[in-house]
Amino acid sequence: MSDMQSQDYVRRSASTMTPPSARNVEDQVAKLIDVSRCIGCKACQAACMEWNNLRPEIGHFEGSYENPNDLGPSVWTLMKFNEYENEQGNLEWLIRKDGCMHCEDPGCLKACPAPGAIVQYANGIVDFISDKCIGCGYCVKGCPFNIPRISKTDHKSYKCTLCSDRVTVGLEPACVKACPTGAIMFGAKTDMQHQAAERIVDLKARGFAHAGLYDPPEVQGTHVMYVLHHADKPSLYSGLPDKPHISTLVQAWKGLYKPLAVAAVALAAIGAFFHWITIGPNETTEEDEAEARREMRETEEEQAP
Amino acid sequence: MTNTWQDIKNANVVIVMGGNAAEAHPCGFKWVIEAKIENGAKLVVVDPRFTRTASVADYYAPIRPGTDIAFLSGVMHYLLTNDKIQHSYVKNYTNASLLVKDEFTFTDGLFSGFNDQTHSYDKGSWDYEIGDDGFAKADDTWQNPRCVINLLKQHVSRYTPEMVSRICGTPQDKFLHICELIAGTSAPDRAMTSLFALGWTQHTVGAQNIRAMAMVQLLLGNIGVAGGGMNALRGHSNIQGLTDIGLLSNQMPGYLNLPTDKETSFDEYMKTRQFKPLRPGQTSYYQNTKKMTVSLMKALFGDAATVDNHWGYDLLPKLDIPLYDIIKAFEMMNNGQMTGYICQGFNPLQAFPDRGKIRAGLSKLKFLVTMDPLDTETSRFWQDFGPQNPARSREIQTEVFQLPTTCFAEENGSLVNSARWLQWHWKAADAPGIAKSDLWIMSGLFQRLRALYQKEGGAFPDALMGMTWKYTDPWEPDPEELAKEMNGKFLADVTDPVTQVTSKAGTLLDGFGQLHDDGSTASGCWIFAGCFTEKGNQMARRDATDPREQGIAPNWAWAWPANRRILYNRASADPEGKAWNPKKPVVEWNGSKWVGIDVPDYVVTQKPSANDGPFIMTVEGQGRLFARNLMAEGPFPEHYEPMESPVVNVLHPKVGPNPVARVFDHDRSNFGKPGDFPYVATTYRLTEHFHYWTKHALINAILQPEEFIEIGEALAKEKGIDQGGWVKVSSKRGEVVCKAYVTKRIKPLMVDGKATHVIGCPIHWGFTGQARKGYGANTLTPSVGDANTQTPEFKAFLVNVEKTSAPVG
Amino acid sequence: MALTRREFIKLTGMGLAASSLGVMGFGASGVAQAAAVRPFKLTHATETRNTCTYCSVACGILIYSMGDKAKNARSNIIHIEGDPDHPVNRGTLCPKGSALLDIVHAPTRLKAPRYREPGGTEFREVTWDFALDRIARLMKDDRDKHFIATNAAGTTVNRWTSTGMLAASASSSETAYLTWKVARSLGMVVFDNQARV
Repeated sequence: MSDMQSQDYVRRSASTMTPPSARNVEDQVAKLIDVSRCIGCKACQAACMEWNNLRPEIGHFEGSYENPNDLGPSVWTLMKFNEYENEQGNLEWLIRKDGCMHCEDPGCLKACPAPGAIVQYANGIVDFISDKCIGCGYCVKGCPFNIPRISKTDHKSYKCTLCSDRVTVGLEPACVKACPTGAIMFGAKTDMQHQAAERIVDLKARGFAHAGLYDPPEVQGTHVMYVLHHADKPSLYSGLPDKPHISTLVQAWKGLYKPLAVAAVALAAIGAFFHWITIGPNETTEEDEAEARREMRETEEEQAP
Repeated sequence: MTNTWQDIKNANVVIVMGGNAAEAHPCGFKWVIEAKIENGAKLVVVDPRFTRTASVADYYAPIRPGTDIAFLSGVMHYLLTNDKIQHSYVKNYTNASLLVKDEFTFTDGLFSGFNDQTHSYDKGSWDYEIGDDGFAKADDTWQNPRCVINLLKQHVSRYTPEMVSRICGTPQDKFLHICELIAGTSAPDRAMTSLFALGWTQHTVGAQNIRAMAMVQLLLGNIGVAGGGMNALRGHSNIQGLTDIGLLSNQMPGYLNLPTDKETSFDEYMKTRQFKPLRPGQTSYYQNTKKMTVSLMKALFGDAATVDNHWGYDLLPKLDIPLYDIIKAFEMMNNGQMTGYICQGFNPLQAFPDRGKIRAGLSKLKFLVTMDPLDTETSRFWQDFGPQNPARSREIQTEVFQLPTTCFAEENGSLVNSARWLQWHWKAADAPGIAKSDLWIMSGLFQRLRALYQKEGGAFPDALMGMTWKYTDPWEPDPEELAKEMNGKFLADVTDPVTQVTSKAGTLLDGFGQLHDDGSTASGCWIFAGCFTEKGNQMARRDATDPREQGIAPNWAWAWPANRRILYNRASADPEGKAWNPKKPVVEWNGSKWVGIDVPDYVVTQKPSANDGPFIMTVEGQGRLFARNLMAEGPFPEHYEPMESPVVNVLHPKVGPNPVARVFDHDRSNFGKPGDFPYVATTYRLTEHFHYWTKHALINAILQPEEFIEIGEALAKEKGIDQGGWVKVSSKRGEVVCKAYVTKRIKPLMVDGKATHVIGCPIHWGFTGQARKGYGANTLTPSVGDANTQTPEFKAFLVNVEKTSAPVG
Repeated sequence: MALTRREFIKLTGMGLAASSLGVMGFGASGVAQAAAVRPFKLTHATETRNTCTYCSVACGILIYSMGDKAKNARSNIIHIEGDPDHPVNRGTLCPKGSALLDIVHAPTRLKAPRYREPGGTEFREVTWDFALDRIARLMKDDRDKHFIATNAAGTTVNRWTSTGMLAASASSSETAYLTWKVARSLGMVVFDNQARV
């Protein structure tokens, strides 16, 4: 299901678009994952599979509690476990729920050549629109967190939707609701930042001097954030990137080649094509998508009578 | 649980020992996290492995499986020698001051009265000095060396930090740090809660593990208060209810007991049960036992229970031996003493120890009936599933009936949770196929048997014919009718002597205070009286209002007894009736009565000056630091080694394991020695699975698909075992071939100077369902039980482990 | 009277366990949502209150089933999630509770009685009457043969020890009570439950 010009989109892959000007008040949402209160129970995984009607294959035991063994087209979230011996020689079992970070500057969307296959809603959720997906895998390359997975069955890319179907009707995502210890919370991004700040004070009082919030500026922040006891070393948490960055290849592709490729694809969709040729070229030479958006707004304001 | 799940958030210290709350009870565990965040609580975890509970703990210490009593006795020694007890509480609310008989002794690991022929005790000396007034003697100054508190000090004096470390393998510094954290809650306004489960019960000394912590809690003044208590986190959704209703060999509903052969008459039966107070002015609620018993008999047998036939006393079976528990049942099966067995929602082939013995026992039955929503292993014990169930079908002569039942989503009814709440639930859909409810099946059998006896006659049909069965649909009674029957009603017009209010015959009871012993009331389960009254189904109440947000929610569902949420809550206030912790009062004396956020566990108008103890169900009115004759192995807990142990008992080498453990002679030869089986094994659950059910649920099978054991890096290296590689784990009773999880979370423990390795065996896999086939950890476990509760020793036994290749078949 | 959905359910929960989200106006949600988003799957589902069948935390759950309980519709459970009103779980569920749907619909749920004869290698489906008639017969024959009315001392003991029963741990209290009555009416003493394991 899709539409070409939803007022709820702020970004759309392989096409420039005008962000909604009439509906201009919408809170940014965020999921806050507090790893210090996570017990690694996988309720989030179970709830995700149940709500989204996903059932990957039954795997094998592979020497860890991590099951399934990787994210997949029907594994949208996964608990990752790391047995870490700290400087004092004490064991810490660092457990992190992995999944789409819903970047404010989504590398997947930037990389995607299929018009409208990846969209970002005004509330910040980055969503994959399956019927537009051409299965090229560029989103996988573009993602700084190694999240999307291409299905071998239908050759489309899948990942967490942040339960956009629930959020749309005013409910929290399924994983958030299920989480027994409140390690996953959901709300306005500003509220989640405040919540995180309180937790960090508590963690510092319990001896975690480097406790902090993971909301990486490299992707302009994320709509899935972590409270970490060791925010100085995110990579301790099963490879959470210390400094996530969108591949330079993708940046280059986005800047130079993509408009040409997209032109070809877009011939099949005249509306989109027109949209692109009328206001597209002026902005797509910019590498920074947020910059582009601001400019688009300015352009519109200038054009307004 | 003495307290509620939400009340955990009021704790200052949460100790999880003998359990793994985060994994086994995640949604209850949220209140531990809440205590940490909202109350600044410290979470302490003591466990052989670093569990997912430990992963969020403030402090973790390892312990060798089966040595908890040594650890906790060491804690008591610390509290007593460092004067970290709550004096006023201990003096007023426990039996610390009472004097114990001179004949009571403890020498070389044995209490007075041991009989080494019968492996049991004559408990005559395990009691108080009784004065001429019939009451126990006391010395409130604690000068008399025979005071309970002084005997306790002496008993635990052997458990020094050095000795604790030597037995438990817990490093001394870690043990002492935990002692310090615990001791902090001896302040009157601070509380510790103890969360435990099968990690304490599944030992030959299980009940004494729990007693030891209960004694710690009494010394600290942590029973009856907000954020305190002894909180047994029960396993199944209604195992509390089944226990309450007495579905145990020797039980009747409401913790009344079946009679024994020695109690030849009803009067004799009652004589030993209406306990008289042992201290002046005490309540000793069990004085009302006759009211409860007669009301039960009227509910069961109606008009067939009369004063003339002693309320139908002979309609009840009597017991010739104390118990016909499961260990006994399978012993009898193996001895060819049983014909038939019915397993209702219970899968003993997976759940009970020594799987080979279980399979052999079932094979000797003439018939087996299983009633279950799922295709259980037990119902297919006769079928060959390869090495995971090597059965020879043609040689097994057992007739097997596999009856499909409804599940929770397909029925109405109530369940009793761990906090004693009775909660009603509603049917959402019909059962698949032609599956039927247990009510329909049990009624069908009952009606058929009645018809057969009517037609053919036969052995003693009186109880079968006399059992009340006045249901609108006698072939499938409505759960509401059964709930009302358990609640109870008046059978005649009864006028209350105090209020002069007359209750009409047929009126539902408001509570057990209305019970009579003259046949004018009926109640199928007296502790449930009040759950379904003339005001309606109290179990269906859904008002979650929570005064002061203190975790009581008094109008949500209904709790037994009397909708009381915190047991012994009188003890939350000092002797004058003021809350020990003014910030979190539970009940207080307001000058004319006891008031507060909970139903007082006390006579509401009883003045504090009456000095009636807060533990109204005991004959002393006090919490017991000395258990008198109520425990099988002694009035004080003592460290005994597990039945299979890697070391001698350093405290008393001649008395190693529990001398009175439940063990049958031919199981004795089935215990392994450390020479052959050098490693300590323990079984447990993983959070992704529920026993042997969720391997049938696809999502859970995905989350933990395959059988494995956990082994420390040091032992794995020594044995050449690879991460995720195949291993063979063997005990004296059988072997399991599965994958290995080589982990940093289990480390060798230094026990009496020797490195001791622990191997963890999760229990969840079998040969039916969605997950991959497994052998089941009960292939390895020994058939031996706790001396008081007969709970099998699943938590400490001996195994060997070897590298191997994948099983064939 | 303006009521939120939660308040509505609180008011009616005692007598009326099930209520439809659709009744409360959620039917309109489809209009509000972006067309790209997956349609909310519970819009007209029937909601029933229940308790999780696993551990004794006894989390409140909401069972969503297809169909509005009309005569011609067979309700089928499509989703289960936590009851946010419940004072203990407050809407949360563990990995077992979150997957309750898969135990309700497990392929190994039993649908009809089955019987295995002595020495048999397979189960075969049988009728309820066959199963219950046969079990009652076996029980009576054994009971009549082995029932102990009096012991050696001549005391009336009325017990039956040669057929036993293990009771469930997740059945309702009402089922437990009825089961107790049936077992004891026969004098059965080899009778236990899953309290220890």
